[in-house]
Amino acid sequence: MIELENVSKAYSTGAPAIKNMNLKIEKGEFVFIVGNSGSGKSTLIKLLLKELEPTEGTISINGKVLNKMKRSKIPSLRRDMGVVFQDFRLLKDRNVYENIAFAQRVVETPTRVIKRRVPAMLSLVGLSEKYRSFPKELSGGEQQRVALARALVNNPSILLADEPTGNLDPKNSWEIMKLLEEINKRGTTVLVVTHNREIVDAMSKRVITMNKGVVVSDEKKGGYIYED
Amino acid sequence: MKISTFAYCFNQGIKNIKRNKLFSLASVGTIAACIFMMGIMYSVIANFQHMVKEAGESVSITVFFDEGISPDKITFLQDRIEKRPEVASVEYTSAEEAWDNFKKQYFSSNPELADGFKDDNPLANSAYFEIHLKDVSEQQSLVDFLKSSDGVRQVNYSDVTASALTDFAKMVGYVSMTIILVLLAVGIFLISNTVMIGIAVRKEEIKIMKLIGAADYFVRAPFIVEGIVIGIIGAVIPIIGLYFVYKEVVSYLMGQFQTITSSFTFLSAHSVFSVMGPVALIIGGGIGLAGSMITIRKHLKV
Repeated sequence: MIELENVSKAYSTGAPAIKNMNLKIEKGEFVFIVGNSGSGKSTLIKLLLKELEPTEGTISINGKVLNKMKRSKIPSLRRDMGVVFQDFRLLKDRNVYENIAFAQRVVETPTRVIKRRVPAMLSLVGLSEKYRSFPKELSGGEQQRVALARALVNNPSILLADEPTGNLDPKNSWEIMKLLEEINKRGTTVLVVTHNREIVDAMSKRVITMNKGVVVSDEKKGGYIYED
Repeated sequence: MKISTFAYCFNQGIKNIKRNKLFSLASVGTIAACIFMMGIMYSVIANFQHMVKEAGESVSITVFFDEGISPDKITFLQDRIEKRPEVASVEYTSAEEAWDNFKKQYFSSNPELADGFKDDNPLANSAYFEIHLKDVSEQQSLVDFLKSSDGVRQVNYSDVTASALTDFAKMVGYVSMTIILVLLAVGIFLISNTVMIGIAVRKEEIKIMKLIGAADYFVRAPFIVEGIVIGIIGAVIPIIGLYFVYKEVVSYLMGQFQTITSSFTFLSAHSVFSVMGPVALIIGGGIGLAGSMITIRKHLKV
């Protein structure tokens, strides 16, 4: 499903962000990627989204090799991957409904399907009442749930979450993680980059630990081993 | 692109204008200011050229014929002259008409003075062509042609007037070209500044769209709609304003400076704006389109 072979990424300053990384994530897995800042976690997400190109090595997702991919094929790759960011990245000038519907407009979904699908996603993330609110009127937890609904509305096979609880209090963090777990149970592969020790330890999922661009441990039912 | 997607993108473009009110206003203002300046320049230059052309048309060449020339020969000559591309018109005045005109001009108060010439036209050999040119700069070549033509006795023309007018027309051309180029450069500078502000506002939005999986055309289309609409609004406002200003200014000048305006005419508002209107719309739409394309091009590479 997601496969990295000898992948390295060095920035123009020459400093390596990822060094010779090998990784295999199967369909339907729930994986935490942990590590301190500068360990290369966010670079990994950017490589998977083809926001960055690897300096060396091959990345393939659902059988598609990213290195050889034409620019015109990138949108269809991204449509199969939902993505959630620490800072939510909602369109500030559009309300909750429009933010979620936007992801469907992008893939040219017929309006009647959008009208059915968006309320279903809002109910999944528990925001049915707030569909007319604008991002600035919502709490951090609510904004992240909107971002999650947007990421899932097109039924992606993979969900990438880059520090999804980074800006949230513990209560909201747990709600988001429970949602991610629920989504994973429905068959979506979930990849979560996080700093949150408590959550990683409690959820007992596969944990890949990175340090200075290198995978230092990969455990089936792991915990947060890296000391900040 | 599906029709529903096109409609969506068009709608989004219009909504974007409302969402970014301040930016839209700044852009409309910038384009309107540029087009207003260009419009003023165009009105002035078009009128100048019109006046120079009018002056040029009033310059004429007079051709007298050899004594005893046959009417057939005159018709033949007129035909040849009329066929030349630089000639606007050829008017024939017979000896009798010339004498009648002379009498009207000089003996109108004492017509009996002319009676002595009743049967003997003193201007018997003064039948002539009056030739008007389309372009005074061509005068010399026509004069050369006339002088070498058979049956032509004398060619009267003013060399100085023609060359002065030609030089003046050239100067107006150069000056106007320079001013328009300067205005265009100023316009592009102002618009690129406005676009830079636009980039700052939209950078994040474009990035989010791209990461969600929007194809380039989907991101670009609303921006293009927005740019063209802003450009057209930015063109329509100054054109409407200029139309009324132009009418007022022309009627003011006609009223205030009758001595000057009696020798010149101004172009009608209709003839100025039938050219300026469409050109301004194209420039406005074009500037809007180019501005939005430049804004997003860099950021599509996410």
